[in-house]
Amino acid sequence: MKISRWALVCILSGAFTEPAFAVDPQQIFSQGGPNPGVIACSTCHGADGLGMPAAGFPRLAGLPADYLTKQISDFRSGTRGNPIMQPIAQALSEDDSKALAVMLAKMPSPAVKPVTRAHAAKGPGEILALRGAWDRNIPECVACHGPSGIGVGATFPPLSGQSAQYLKSQLNTWRQQTRKNDQDDLMGHIARSLTDTEVEAVSQYFADLSK
Amino acid sequence: MKPIIAALITFNIISMACATEIVEPTAPPKSPNPTQNKAPRFSPPAEETLPDNAFGRLVQQGHAIFVDTKANASEFVGNGLNCTNCHLEQGRKADSAPLWGAYTMYPAYRKKNDKVNTYAERLQGCFQFSMNGKPPPADSQVIAALTAYSYWLATGAPTGQQLPGRSYPEIPEPAGGFDLAKGKAIYAKQCSVCHGAEGEGQRAGSDYVFPPLWGKDSFNWGAGMHRINTAAGFIKSNMPLGKGGTLSSDEAWHVAAYMNSHERPKDPRMIAGSVEQTRLKFHENDGVNLYGQKVNGVILGQGTE
Repeated sequence: MKISRWALVCILSGAFTEPAFAVDPQQIFSQGGPNPGVIACSTCHGADGLGMPAAGFPRLAGLPADYLTKQISDFRSGTRGNPIMQPIAQALSEDDSKALAVMLAKMPSPAVKPVTRAHAAKGPGEILALRGAWDRNIPECVACHGPSGIGVGATFPPLSGQSAQYLKSQLNTWRQQTRKNDQDDLMGHIARSLTDTEVEAVSQYFADLSK
Repeated sequence: MKPIIAALITFNIISMACATEIVEPTAPPKSPNPTQNKAPRFSPPAEETLPDNAFGRLVQQGHAIFVDTKANASEFVGNGLNCTNCHLEQGRKADSAPLWGAYTMYPAYRKKNDKVNTYAERLQGCFQFSMNGKPPPADSQVIAALTAYSYWLATGAPTGQQLPGRSYPEIPEPAGGFDLAKGKAIYAKQCSVCHGAEGEGQRAGSDYVFPPLWGKDSFNWGAGMHRINTAAGFIKSNMPLGKGGTLSSDEAWHVAAYMNSHERPKDPRMIAGSVEQTRLKFHENDGVNLYGQKVNGVILGQGTE
């Protein structure tokens, strides 16, 4: 009798209260995680999750949950090298990173100017974005990242709604191969074929689409 | 909290600066691509040379239809494809059936319909089969604009001469024939990231970004791309996007066969609802294809809904 009563209490408490190790993602986002290594996301990515352009911290708000989860996992493993994010990702549990990603995906993201390949392309950034540089096997950016670079599925992240600083820093990590978390070097080979001028211009182009 | 933020910002700015410095300013390296640079290729004119007049505007309209077909020629499109899905670089790329290689070869006899076709009729064929839609009337604005765009891309090209890089290259069939199981494995490893696990393509919002390769929103059984030999040539030269020439000829054949071993919209020329009659008339002597063949216990060619 005693045992079964305890069993009942355990079942009920399990069903109606959060297990001790699960933490509210909103709390991790704004106050940090249970592990002191997990600094509040909002510290660098902003209270609205829209990033901190001047310092190169990206927008997380509105990014697909599966993309975010994969990035955390890649920071942890080092295929996406980043000295700030790697220890944070390692201190973050898998469940917490998933819960955070789901929450972040639902946060509002900036409006983006609609542009397709049908538009006339002027200047090196727009030409790369809408026409590519096929003599170097570089497809139009929008061929994979979607019209206006709004992103496609869990694999091809949005380019618009990110700052020029962030986009440029990422292109450079692809070029240095400290970021190599793509399939079959699909992004890596493109980044390595770009000139410095093109990296600047195309980063600015996509950043300007959400201004 | 403030010192942490300041430290992180400083750290990130320094790492961004380092990232920029480590990369040496380089002339872009030439990507090796075995399917290119075999012969001198025709160069279509640069976009900025397009005149700002009525002709230039018609060419621009043709370009807009070509790259965003559903939005700009919606009444003639019956699937999720754009012209530029098979004719890469907006119809400019060699070995990807460039418009400059096609325009100068018409009028021409085609076995497909056993008559001399004008360029307008050739374009109509694309809409009927590859776009699974309706052929725009020969005197329509859509045909006028696409013809103007093709004509302009072919500026300076000789007429009636097969230019190197036209159409898709012919590549040799594997010695032991194609293998659907190998094709499936290649597809899962290299193609599904863009085209989806079931060939369904991927959208951004309501519009397809990565084209569906089979199923109801893909090209129909009458399109040239349903031939395994044609698809293998396209894939070998152009896939994965931006990494053309990285698959072997055998791999291109296997994966082309896998793609074309799935059901897709029916051949609009279907005779009396009979796959077998249609096969005998239109598919038996049309390259290598699986129309009317049994794959996984089902005869292909009945068409999707």
